[in-house]
Amino acid sequence: MKKLALSDEILLTIDKPARYIGNEINVVTKDLDKIDIRFCMCFPDVYEIGMSYLGIQILYDMFNRREDTYCERVYSPWVDLDRILRDKQIPLFALESQEPVKCFDFLGITLQYEMSYTNILQILELSQIPIYAKDRTEEDPVVLGGGPCAYNPEPIADFFDFFYIGEGETVYDRVLEAYKENKKQGGSRRDYLEKIARIEGIYVPSFYEVEYKEDNTIRAFHKKNGHAKEKIRKQVEMNLSDTFYPKKPLVPYIKVTQDRVVLEIQRGCIRGCRFCQAGMIYRPIRERDVAFLKDYACQMLKATGHEEISLSSLSSSDYSALQELVYYLIEEFSSKGVNISLPSLRIDAFALDVMSKVQDIRKSSLTFAPEAGSQRLRDVINKGLTEKNILEGAMNAFRSGWNRVKLYFMLGLPTETEEDVEEIAVLSDKIAREYYTIPKEQRNGKVSIVASTSYFVPKPFTPFQWARMDTPEEYINKQRLLRGKINGQLNRKSIKYNWHEAEVSILEGVFARGDRRISKVIYDAYKAGCLYDAWSEFFQYEIWLKAFEENQLDIAFYTSREREREEILPWDFLDVGVTKDFLWREYKRGMEEKVTPNCRRACADCGAKIFHGGVCYDKKEQEVIR
Amino acid sequence: MKIRIKFTKSGPLKFIGHLDVMRYFQKAFRRAEVDVEYSQGFSPHQLMSFAAPLGVGLTSDGEYLDVSMHTCDAPEIMIKKINEAMNEYIQVVGFMVLPDSSKNAMSIVAAADYLVSVKDGYETMDKAVFKWKFTDFSNKDSIIITKKSKKSEKDVDIKPMIYYTAFEQDKFREGIGTADGKDRVLHLAADCYTNGIKVFMQLATGSVNNLKPELVMEAFCQYAGEVFKESAYQVHRMEVYADLGAGTNRKLIPLDKVECLTG
Ligand code: SF4
Repeated sequence: MKKLALSDEILLTIDKPARYIGNEINVVTKDLDKIDIRFCMCFPDVYEIGMSYLGIQILYDMFNRREDTYCERVYSPWVDLDRILRDKQIPLFALESQEPVKCFDFLGITLQYEMSYTNILQILELSQIPIYAKDRTEEDPVVLGGGPCAYNPEPIADFFDFFYIGEGETVYDRVLEAYKENKKQGGSRRDYLEKIARIEGIYVPSFYEVEYKEDNTIRAFHKKNGHAKEKIRKQVEMNLSDTFYPKKPLVPYIKVTQDRVVLEIQRGCIRGCRFCQAGMIYRPIRERDVAFLKDYACQMLKATGHEEISLSSLSSSDYSALQELVYYLIEEFSSKGVNISLPSLRIDAFALDVMSKVQDIRKSSLTFAPEAGSQRLRDVINKGLTEKNILEGAMNAFRSGWNRVKLYFMLGLPTETEEDVEEIAVLSDKIAREYYTIPKEQRNGKVSIVASTSYFVPKPFTPFQWARMDTPEEYINKQRLLRGKINGQLNRKSIKYNWHEAEVSILEGVFARGDRRISKVIYDAYKAGCLYDAWSEFFQYEIWLKAFEENQLDIAFYTSREREREEILPWDFLDVGVTKDFLWREYKRGMEEKVTPNCRRACADCGAKIFHGGVCYDKKEQEVIR
Repeated sequence: MKIRIKFTKSGPLKFIGHLDVMRYFQKAFRRAEVDVEYSQGFSPHQLMSFAAPLGVGLTSDGEYLDVSMHTCDAPEIMIKKINEAMNEYIQVVGFMVLPDSSKNAMSIVAAADYLVSVKDGYETMDKAVFKWKFTDFSNKDSIIITKKSKKSEKDVDIKPMIYYTAFEQDKFREGIGTADGKDRVLHLAADCYTNGIKVFMQLATGSVNNLKPELVMEAFCQYAGEVFKESAYQVHRMEVYADLGAGTNRKLIPLDKVECLTG
């Protein structure tokens, strides 16, 4: 047996020691003597969260297919182990070999949500790797980041040697080849970064400089190294049916958040909701072939033994072969005790039929995400769901026996008025009223409606990237208003209202659209004890406020300030296909309450055509919308 | 049909709890495409129960679980098939089909064998001293310990629950009557320590009387005037028994042999 990095004594005093022992089913083991590159893949959150994320499994599989590379994993140690590692000066280790991360060639960190930023610093510090990229030496691993938050990497730019912008399936091979070549030539760390700065999609922050104006906005963003590119273009894998996908995903011992096979049926979205970053940065939509998916579903279930399979995509209902795929899965696996879960499904006749087959109607609920209460505001955000859709969908479901409804809304959307907020209560009540039109003897008890509101955070590369975010006071007032309004409804007893706390969203707002000066704030807050900010029990807003103050940075500058068209935004140097012109057009159309049809009906000329494929080249019902 | 499976647990997997071991088997059975019976309803689960759940940190050569299957092949084939879907740290070593009338493993557990070793680096006395001190300790007429529960404290004599102890495996197996001459020493999945300080013990286990080896060591430390440190010992379970004797006459039979005798 391989020796574990932690002693029995430590493992027996901490919570869930299985987080740190590796050896999971389908783990990859390799002979370290036959390896050129050691790559440590990191999800900066606790094991149960990190293990649930498909992206790492895709990259883990992809890297390990290379004979010369051994990809291992590391997750954030929980707070109990964090303390022990610091006290005893034990370097953080990778799960597979149980060897220190600092001995690796690469440390690749996935950037899934802004609130994991302090955990990145924890990983670096516990690994005994200098937190700032500028302090790293030839001995330290090259630290890289990728994932959705890399679409504005500036707030964490100081901590990374480079960022990989876009989908991982495309240029990683070249990044690794360049590393081997550089090693052979005896090149330095800097030589290596210069080499890869020439590869598309690679952003080396230290090769660029930012100048600010008096008013704190950006005066200029320029490169200061001849090898660096002016613009970094996001990487896209156009053929998703002939690329890396893990046939044998890792199976953890302890229960993790997503204890199931995840099948990504498509990437991207045709809908173009104006608040949604994923809907913009993953354009154009690309489907996986249904035969590919059937084959992978079988193989992955067989290789993992999971009792559940979940289809993943931004909007499953838009997948063209959904019915074929879902009925196949039901036919093939229901009798074998496999649950099938279908998130992000539009409620229609097909959805109800499927749901009645795979769930217990009495225990499951219908989910709608109208995002805004009024039709006016739904037009502003380009959310195609109408009140008629919702009421009809709900009514059909009620007639088939459902009686629970979950509704998701946002507060703080651009142009939102008091009436828009109140409409959330009215809509919730209308759904309940619909339910009670069914004769008593045909109903299934009482109706239960849960309405949840989150706090809208404007994101880069969305039409709302220029918009102001509500101040916490405005947000809380709206919350109060809504609570009062719900309590005034006829069916108030059937409606439960949940809301998000304001503070975390404020920080998320700063990080989402922040610039390089934020790095220092994150560093200071981390040093003052912030960690696991995504976990409400550890979130310490006071420390964050202090860190902003000490660095003389104003939160409101980043959050509640509407930007001008001309302003240089911190992420403007990235080219994600979707153009700034398009986003601005969409912003204006939104303000005019004009909806834009989805990519299948008409092309809005967003710029994603430069990737040469997908929905952009299909025939449309309508002319190009501009 | 009812199936009883005997398995080992060792290496890093000593750190996973028994509910996770259950999940491990559920998934392994699915990978191996074993024809397990499921409960009815929308979230069907496999019908499975463990004889005597093992605590986190302990290893074992004699764990048992009962499970229902619709069909199965010969035991050797089943063992091979299931082991191929698992890793080396949990391995099936026995597979028996039980008569439908048989009681489940959990309800008949009466005793278990353990090997307790002192981990390297935790020795407080040398091997010889340990032996004579432990011998003295186990020869006492009574061994009184204080059992604390939330409500009360009470003194219990654990001596009657210690059925047998020995320092060598062959001696131990002879003493408890399981050595058959041919293989006087079995290979154990237990971790080995160079200090060689260890003791084998057979203890009352189960719902009627239950004595944990850790408690024996705690009592021993008290007796020897040492501070008890739980992480200093590696506890390894070797076998679990049912008692087929009558009255006070114990007749301990390993759980995988029970039905062969009665059925
Ligand atoms: S170019 Fe047109 S069809 Fe393609 S993603 Fe953009 S809007 Fe949709």
